[in-house]
Amino acid sequence: MQEFIWLLPSFPLAGFLILVLTSGTLSRITVAVIGAGSIGLSFLVASIIAVQFLGSGDDYYIKEVWAWMSVGGFSPGFSFYLDGLSLVMMLIITGVGFLIHLYATGYMADDPSYSRFFSYMNLFIAAMLMLVLGDNLVLLYLGWEGVGLCSYLLIGFWYTKPENGYAARKAFVVTRVGDTSMAIGLFLLFAQLGTLNIQDMLHVAEVEWNIGSGLAIATTMLLLGGAVGKSAQLPLQTWLPDAMAGPTPISALIHAATMVTAGVYLIARTHVLFQLAPSVQLLVAWIGLITLLMAGFTALTQSDIKRILAFSTVSQIGYMFLGLGVGAWSAAIFHLMTHAFFKALLFLASGTVILSMHHEQSIFKMGGLRKALPVSFASFLIGSLALTAFPYTSGYFSKDEILLAALELDGPGIFLWAGGVLGAFFTGIYTFRLFFVVFFGETSGHPPEKEVGGWHMNGPLIVLMVLSIFGGFISIPVDAVFGHGESHEEHHVSALVHGFMVAVPLLGILVSYLCFHKKVFSIEKLMSYSISRRLHKFWHSGWGMDWLYDRVFVFPFLWLSRINHADLVDRFYGLIVEVSKSANKMVVKSQTGYLRWYAFIMALGLVALLLLGIIL
Amino acid sequence: MIVLFYIAAVVAVIATIAVILQTNIVHALLYMVVSLLAIAVIFYVLGAPFAAVLEAIVYAGAIMVLFLFVIMMLNLGQHTRNEEKSWLTPRGWIGPSILSGILLAQLLSVMADLDQDIIPKQVGVMEVSALLFGPYVLAVELASILLLAGLVAAYHLAKPK
Amino acid sequence: MSSIPIEHGLVLSAILFAIGLIGVLTRRNIVFVLMSLEIMLNASGLAFIVAASRWGHAEGQVMFLMILTLAAAEVAVGLGLIIQMFRQFKTIDINVLSEMKG
Repeated sequence: MQEFIWLLPSFPLAGFLILVLTSGTLSRITVAVIGAGSIGLSFLVASIIAVQFLGSGDDYYIKEVWAWMSVGGFSPGFSFYLDGLSLVMMLIITGVGFLIHLYATGYMADDPSYSRFFSYMNLFIAAMLMLVLGDNLVLLYLGWEGVGLCSYLLIGFWYTKPENGYAARKAFVVTRVGDTSMAIGLFLLFAQLGTLNIQDMLHVAEVEWNIGSGLAIATTMLLLGGAVGKSAQLPLQTWLPDAMAGPTPISALIHAATMVTAGVYLIARTHVLFQLAPSVQLLVAWIGLITLLMAGFTALTQSDIKRILAFSTVSQIGYMFLGLGVGAWSAAIFHLMTHAFFKALLFLASGTVILSMHHEQSIFKMGGLRKALPVSFASFLIGSLALTAFPYTSGYFSKDEILLAALELDGPGIFLWAGGVLGAFFTGIYTFRLFFVVFFGETSGHPPEKEVGGWHMNGPLIVLMVLSIFGGFISIPVDAVFGHGESHEEHHVSALVHGFMVAVPLLGILVSYLCFHKKVFSIEKLMSYSISRRLHKFWHSGWGMDWLYDRVFVFPFLWLSRINHADLVDRFYGLIVEVSKSANKMVVKSQTGYLRWYAFIMALGLVALLLLGIIL
Repeated sequence: MIVLFYIAAVVAVIATIAVILQTNIVHALLYMVVSLLAIAVIFYVLGAPFAAVLEAIVYAGAIMVLFLFVIMMLNLGQHTRNEEKSWLTPRGWIGPSILSGILLAQLLSVMADLDQDIIPKQVGVMEVSALLFGPYVLAVELASILLLAGLVAAYHLAKPK
Repeated sequence: MSSIPIEHGLVLSAILFAIGLIGVLTRRNIVFVLMSLEIMLNASGLAFIVAASRWGHAEGQVMFLMILTLAAAEVAVGLGLIIQMFRQFKTIDINVLSEMKG
């Protein structure tokens, strides 16, 4: 069965082609069956392959489908590489992807572009599977750009509103910065190591490069550039909150569960290179830490339900980067998986809330919804607990592992750990702020009559609830992948430290409870101080990053394009056009249309030629 | 025989000049036939009886008759003759005559230093045919294809819509 | 005097060619233009015969045959075009065909 691994991206691709070529002529039922069914088939095949692969006990499996191209010494194959890491990613993508597709059949039911939506979604899944299953970096890059394209198309899905188009362009351009860096990294890797096949490349690099060598640092920095772009980490994190302009299932699938974690996958996949460049690896940890703290503060001040979740996603990916940075590869991937479960759950539940509230997204216009929306309430409760790492939910295990690994790191480890714990405290506050404001308190505005739902919307929520609670007990088979890079000893920490780590998120929840439910502390009173107002404004704008980038990049560029409005280079080519036009005007005059005139000219030419012959 | 050459040459030149000066198209055609027959005589004098016969049959016969048919079809009458006269202004002749005069002068100057005589010797059908169906058989085939193409094109072009 | 200087034959063909050229350039009646073209073709055929007869070869006659074929095909197509033109424009004035003016 493993040799049928090429079926995985083929099903969604076929679904995409069918939906695109019929261009909306199919009935909604057919579209839903094709759109969600293709992913379901992929998940089925992925599950069978996973069972067989784990049963076989092999470390990896390679399936070469065909040679993609062969240019000189460069011949990337169209081949699939399956090991523990790609197995986990593949199951997350097809599994969570299938649940979200199923949910979307209900969520998008009233949308006129139903077929277009599912065609993009299917293309996305195909590209994402290509990304994680490709055995060389070129194939990975193909998938990488493919998911970027789908992200662009889906953020701008409701393209009639200009701000959605703006958000889509912003996401595309900002990630393009990272992609360019990554492409240069690939060129450098190929030039230096002579291959882009990931496994060969890692072996060659291990042999040829010393730890801390300049080449290792350069290539990992460039790859890191691609990773931070895709995973919305500092300094390229500004696109993700705006990406919430897309439909909510998109936010769940692309901007929470799968695509944004591609950067984490890339670093985990090339972890050998990062081990050769310890300074860059440490930089990864610091980037993760700073991002998670900044995003946490920002999430505290947002009022849009999806933007809060978006900043929380940025923050959680920061945790994954922190894990990667301290060498806890499998913990990072573990957190990637649990995050995919509970964040998809939170986004889908917020989709139900938004749809029930007739596309109202501000949390302060909601309130007291726990009676009206029981399924969303339960989903949010479980998702929030998992997100804040409440003991024995899925998020608890994964976050715990990352933080413990950080604590064990010598040198800056203690700071990374402290920052991570502080981040967990803020996670507790902002998550339950959202929870209490939306589901408790006064019922304000127009409460929804009934919860939008149906089996295809509630079913995925229930499955994800179960996964969010018990997902932490899944053990992911990535030991063979990271085996030689990781310490396997149990974490030895005192009960005090452990208790502290459990208590901090609970403290955050408590603070949130007191502030936003019991109103022991008045937020209004806090906001009356000018310093806190200013801080609120600063954090609300995402630490002014958009403002800064506007000043540093956008305005100078606009200024340059304004002064070069007439385009100097174009002038030159315009001159060529003008010259040939006027020459044409002159020559055209000789073309009178009179046959005798032409004959006369021919005779004249004959005379001239003969004259030449006589003279010479 | 040699005298015949010069007589025929003079006839040919006069008849040809008459062709391009005529306003009546049928008269012009008759002068053209005279010119072609004179050239046929020259061919005979120069020892090319086969070419002379073809000149008389194909050129003076077939092609000119074709012209005649077309002129009859077009049914051009007195009206055309008057029109023709109005077209032929003396000024219109000056430019082409000068140009052709220069061309003629050039050709004559090129031929001036030729100093060879023709002693006419009969080259009959046998020799020509031996060449045609020997080394030039491909040219014959091409000529036949050309004629076929001309036939198809003429049929298509002249067909009433 | 049993020989003819080759120039005389060639000069005759050059004169006929020049007359034909004058006809082509001067006449506005398209039938005359076509006839003048025939004169020019015939003149070149004459030049071939003259040259061949100097050497007593048959090749010149073969070339003349080719020119003859060419002339026949040309006249067939040309007259077809004239008929079509007369149908369309009700005239045989060559100057009306100036629609391809640049």
